[in-house]
Amino acid sequence: MSDSSGNGKDAYWKANITLIAVSLVIWFVVSYGFGILLHDQLNAIQFGGFRLGFWFAQQGAIYVFLILIAVYALRMNALDRKHGVDEQ
Amino acid sequence: MDLKTLTYIVVGLSFALYIGIAIWSKASSTGEFYVAGKGVHPVANGMATAADWMSAASFISMAGLIAFLGYGGSVYLMGWTGGYVLLAMLLAPYLRKYGKFTVPEFIGDRYYSKAARLVAVVCLIFISFTYVAGQMRGVGIVFSRFLEVDLITGLIVGMGIVFVYAVLGGMKGITYTQVAQYCVLIVAYTVPAVFIAFNLTGNPIPQIAFGSVITAESAAHNGQFMLDALNDIVTELGFIEYTEGGKSMIDMFAITVALMVGTAGLPHVIVRFFTVPRVRDARASAGWALLFIALLYTVAPSVGAMARYNLTTTVQTGEVGSPDGNLVYEDRPAWMERWEATGLLSFEDKNGDGRIQYYNDKSADEEFLARAEEWGWQGNELVVDRDIMVLANPEIARLPDWVIALVAAGGIAAALSTAAGLLLVISSGISHDLLKGTVTPGISEKTELLAGRIAVAVAILIAGYLGYNPPGFVAQVVAFAFGLAASSLFPVILMGIFSKKINREGAIAGMLTGLVFTMGYIILYKGVFIEPVIDNVRENWLFGISPEGIGAVGMALNFLVAFLVSKVTAEPPDHIQHLVEDIRTPRVTTAAE
Repeated sequence: MSDSSGNGKDAYWKANITLIAVSLVIWFVVSYGFGILLHDQLNAIQFGGFRLGFWFAQQGAIYVFLILIAVYALRMNALDRKHGVDEQ
Repeated sequence: MDLKTLTYIVVGLSFALYIGIAIWSKASSTGEFYVAGKGVHPVANGMATAADWMSAASFISMAGLIAFLGYGGSVYLMGWTGGYVLLAMLLAPYLRKYGKFTVPEFIGDRYYSKAARLVAVVCLIFISFTYVAGQMRGVGIVFSRFLEVDLITGLIVGMGIVFVYAVLGGMKGITYTQVAQYCVLIVAYTVPAVFIAFNLTGNPIPQIAFGSVITAESAAHNGQFMLDALNDIVTELGFIEYTEGGKSMIDMFAITVALMVGTAGLPHVIVRFFTVPRVRDARASAGWALLFIALLYTVAPSVGAMARYNLTTTVQTGEVGSPDGNLVYEDRPAWMERWEATGLLSFEDKNGDGRIQYYNDKSADEEFLARAEEWGWQGNELVVDRDIMVLANPEIARLPDWVIALVAAGGIAAALSTAAGLLLVISSGISHDLLKGTVTPGISEKTELLAGRIAVAVAILIAGYLGYNPPGFVAQVVAFAFGLAASSLFPVILMGIFSKKINREGAIAGMLTGLVFTMGYIILYKGVFIEPVIDNVRENWLFGISPEGIGAVGMALNFLVAFLVSKVTAEPPDHIQHLVEDIRTPRVTTAAE
């Protein structure tokens, strides 16, 4: 394995891990954080006919999950190309 | 045309569609049989995954569970969707790159061990059979209520249909029928929800309606927010507030972890990502799958809240506690009568006043119970099986008959699509991992394909038997399937991709620890096969975590043990470390590099 491709792969993997870490922090905050741990506090906030903690647990978290996967898939496609590891 | 004839026609048409697709997509190689020749478009795969994933439990039971648990039911919503984030980022793309047929095959190769592969196959078969039994029960309920046939006839028809397209088409046939089944089930789920939302709040979008103001002329709470009205009326009847607690925080946390990680570790879900052409398709496909799943999962809590409101106000027609505030039994709506006939709804006039009192007679609020006694209430008189909420919904909302027929077809589609996916992973576990991989490695592709088809057929018969004779523990074992997937398969697959240092010894020790711990805990409290040893109450639970959530602890133990054992034993050989490098990048590199 040549050095340049080895470095390219390491940088690619590092970028992937960073992206995953950021995504999973958000994933954790909206579901476990807003939906469970902070549910009581957020429920004090009314938002339309919803209490906010309840809304995150039954609606909001799911919407954020969707956005997370979409962003991850798009960013990874770009990363694949940038580091020359995309499928030709 | 009466409802029964209409239902027969709608369900019959859907069956004809599935069989047509099966004949069109017959599998001719093991590649097509196991992974649909890796040629499925990501959007189609997303739909198939959604149908595969959304079982009779999602379609029939979930909204009902949420209706009765309120906020506590959120664990299912977050748990069964959040797992797709893990799949998209931590498992699916790498397993697709690895590019073989089954989950145990990956574990066996990555940990250079047939023993690891065998342990994985055992976990897989146990998880999948548990699940299949539940699907068959779902098919049985739908058949017996809507087509008014015996359970056994319903099961044979259901098994026959699955048999045709799973045995003939393998993964290819299953994938394309699942696409059709998704369309049937999502329409069947959303149409009644839209009608009900519109009737109650004037807003046809269910996701928004349950946060809107009630506008129905007939409703006593006209002008109030739906959820506020619901909170008021259920607390007046001694239940906990709909939008508040129920489960302890640590237990909600643990159950959500177990369900999320369990979802990501379920073999029949993972294997769906083996069917797309490229790594990037696997990532995209996870996104599409969650989008299609979210269409149902964001509607379900709305259906749950509206169903609870409609049911409660149907019975509690006037002010709580006033002598004529409750529904007179003789005047009950027709849907109640029909569901009474199935035994899933029952009324017992405990105080002999001819009216139905539906309230929480086990409330912790002593004052409320004292008041109820003053009103002459002598216990809750209405028992409603949670499973009927979705199925009865169109009838409760007085929707046209074709909607009811559609819901029946949707329930069957949900159960059949999941059953087929599960049967296929069972069969590939047997023909590919056990026979080809371990017992008789020399068999030809043709023999393996035949073995795969026979394995599907046998698995269908066993599943049918389990559906007819549900072992007393069917309901309990759902916790089992997720707990086991979370505590046995998920951690070793994850470590296999993200660590080069976890070795054979670590993986086997980790899987066995997770498996034995989780299984042991569930058996102790829930008594699968044996009588429960310890009372299943909060005071007795380890760290206050119920058996449903214990997979989270099992998963942590699996990681810990695998890490420690790998530390003190030999590193994985070089070629394994290269394998790990290789699956991390999408491009296929040549051997010379």
